[in-house]
Amino acid sequence: MEIVMAVAIGVLTTCGVWLLLRPRTYQVIIGLCLLGYGVNLFIFSMGRLAIDREPVLQAGIPATLQFNSDPMPQALVLTAIVIGFAMTALFLVVLLAQRGFFGNDHVDGQGDAE
Amino acid sequence: MTDGLARLAAALMPHLIIAPIVLPLTMACVLLLLKEQQHRTKALLALLALMANLGVAVLLLIWSTQGSQPSAYGVYLPSNWDVPYGIVLVLDRLSALMLLMAALVALMAFVFAMARWHKAGAHFRALFLIQVMGLNGAFLTGDLFNLFVFFEVMLAASYGLLLHGSGPARVKAGLHYIAVNLAASSLFLIGASLIYGVTGTLNMADLATKIPLVLDVDRPLLHAGSAILAVAFLAKAAMWPLNFWLVPAYSSASAPAGAVFALLTKVGVYVLLRLSTVLFSPEAGASAGLGSAWLVWGGMATLAFGSLGMLAAHRPARLTGFAVIVSSGTMMAVLGLGQPELTAGALYYLPSSTFALAAFFLLAELMERSRNPETADQRAPEDEEDHLPFALAELEIAQAANLDEDEKALVGRAIPASTAMLGLAFICCTLVLAGLPPLSGFIGKFAILSALLQGPEGASGVDNTSWLLMGLILVSSLLALMALSRTGIRFFWTPVGRNAPRLRVVEYTPIAALVALCIGVTVLAEQVMTYTTATASALYPPTGYVNAVMSARPLPTPTNAERLGTQQPEVSK
Repeated sequence: MEIVMAVAIGVLTTCGVWLLLRPRTYQVIIGLCLLGYGVNLFIFSMGRLAIDREPVLQAGIPATLQFNSDPMPQALVLTAIVIGFAMTALFLVVLLAQRGFFGNDHVDGQGDAE
Repeated sequence: MTDGLARLAAALMPHLIIAPIVLPLTMACVLLLLKEQQHRTKALLALLALMANLGVAVLLLIWSTQGSQPSAYGVYLPSNWDVPYGIVLVLDRLSALMLLMAALVALMAFVFAMARWHKAGAHFRALFLIQVMGLNGAFLTGDLFNLFVFFEVMLAASYGLLLHGSGPARVKAGLHYIAVNLAASSLFLIGASLIYGVTGTLNMADLATKIPLVLDVDRPLLHAGSAILAVAFLAKAAMWPLNFWLVPAYSSASAPAGAVFALLTKVGVYVLLRLSTVLFSPEAGASAGLGSAWLVWGGMATLAFGSLGMLAAHRPARLTGFAVIVSSGTMMAVLGLGQPELTAGALYYLPSSTFALAAFFLLAELMERSRNPETADQRAPEDEEDHLPFALAELEIAQAANLDEDEKALVGRAIPASTAMLGLAFICCTLVLAGLPPLSGFIGKFAILSALLQGPEGASGVDNTSWLLMGLILVSSLLALMALSRTGIRFFWTPVGRNAPRLRVVEYTPIAALVALCIGVTVLAEQVMTYTTATASALYPPTGYVNAVMSARPLPTPTNAERLGTQQPEVSK
C-alpha cells in the first residue's frame, strides 16, 4: 500500500510540476490541480496509512493511535481541498480574462510561442 | 491617558485578541449585503471598521507592554479546547507591533482609495477588509495550519486587489502572481504536513518543546519539512531568486493595493522571525539555528538584486517594487544573524521603511498621473502604459494651459504648489529609504550597523559575513539614493511643459500622514527603540512565549467541567 501511495503522489507531483512549467495557461491550471492532488494525498499519508482503523472513538476500543487512525491530517486535508478548489476557480477566471485581453492562452500573452 | 487606555485594554482582554480578526470579517460581510451603488455608505462603514481596527491595535500594543517582563503574553483559545489540540491566538510585543503597523498602513491606503479607486471595480472595500483580516490573523495565530489558512485568506484577497481596476498589465501580472503563490502554498502544505508527520503537532509552542526530543533518524525529515515550509515564506518575503514575480505584480497593482502589498512581504519576514526564534532557538538541540546561514546569504543576495533593480527601474512604481525587495532583503539578512541587538535595530527599521514604502506607492501614482506623455521610443521596454479604469483624460489639463489648482492661468511660476507638495513627500520618503539623516531610516540603519560592529556577545572582532553585510547595506543605501534622486529630478525638475498634477486633499492626506509617521518614529526614537529592544529580548530565548501558550487552560463550561476536573481547574485570564 505504501508503494502504491508513494508512486501515486510521485506521478501526480511530477506531472503537475511539468505542466506548471508549460507556456499555456490551460496546462498551468491542470498542473496546479495535479500538484494539489499530490499534496493532498501527501498530507493524508502523514497520518500514517492504515486499514480498518476509524478516526472516530468508539466504545470498547482504546482511544490510542494503535487502534484508531489520526483524525488530524484528515481535517487538514479537508481544509486544503476546499482552499485549493476555490483558488483553482479563481485562477480560471483570471485565465479567461487573460484570454479576453490577449486573444491567446499564452501565460505571457504572446501568441506566437508555438 | 495611557493609563486609561491600559485599563480599558485590561478590561477587554482576553477577548480583544480576536477583535482584529472578527472586526474586519464582520464588516466585510455587512458590505457584501449592501448594494454596490451605495458608494458613500460602504466607504464610510469600511473606514469606520479600519479606524476601529487601528484603535484595537493601539490597545493591544499598550497591553503588551504591561508588567516587568520583556513582553506580556495574551493567549486566546477561540474554540476553548486544551492547548496543543485546539486553535490558539497569541499576542506578544512582536505581533502587537506588526498589528499596529498593518492597521496604520491599511487605514492610510484606504483613505487614499476613497478618492477614486474604491469605485473602480466591484467589492473593493470588502476585499480590502478581508485582506486586513488575513494580515491580522497571520500575525496573531499560534499554530502552523492556522497560519496557512490566514495566509490563504490574505492571498485570496490580494488576488482580487491586484486585479482591481482590470487591464491587460494587471491581468498578466495577476496570472503569474496567482500561479507562483499557489505553487508556494503547495510547498507550505507539504512542509507543514511533514512537520506534523514527524512531531505530531502543529502548535508552534508545542513544537518548540517537541523538536529537541525528535529522534535522530527523524531529524533529517523534520529539517526537510522546515526547509520546504521556509521556501513558501521566502517566496512571500521576496528572497532572491524567488522574487521575480514581485515587481511586475506590485507595480501594476492600483496604488492603494500596492501600499497594502508592501505589508504582505513583511508577513513573510514576520513568520520567518517567529518560526526561527521559537522553533530553532538554542534549546532546540541539534536543530538550533536551522537555516539561519541561508537567511543571511539569501538576504544579502536579495539586497544586492533589489539595489541593482532600483538603479535599472524607470517608472516610480517599479522603483518602489525594487525598494520593497531591498527592505525585505535587509530584514532577512539581519534577522538571520539572530542577535538580539540586531533584531531590535531591524524591528525599528521595519515600520519606518514600511510606512515610507506605502507612501511611495501612493506617491508613485500621483507622479505618474502628472508626467508628460512620453513617446514610445523614450519609454523603457518594461514601461507599459498604465491602464486606469476611469477617464484619466478629464483629470489632466492640456499641456499648454499652465494652470494652477484654481484653474487660473499663471505666468512664470516655476513649480506649482501641488508639485512642490509631492516633491516634499518624495524627498522625505527618499531620506527614509536611503537611510540618510535626519529621518528614521538613518536611525534604523545606524542601529543595525552599530550592532553589527559590536558583533555577537562574547565574540572578539567582527567576522567577514558581518563586514560584507555592512558593506552591502551601505552600498545599497547609496544606490537607492542615486536611483531615487534620479527619478526625483526626472519627475519634478526636468519637465518643461509641466502638467500641474491636480491633488485632492483625500489623496494627499494619507501620504502626508505616512511621512508624518516616519517623522514621528524619528522624534520618538528612544521610546520606539526601547520597545523593540524589549521585543527582541522576549524573542531570544522564547521561553516566555512557550510557557505562556503551554500553560493556557480552557475556560470551564458545563460540557468540559468533568474533563477539566481531572486536570487543573484553573481559569485562564
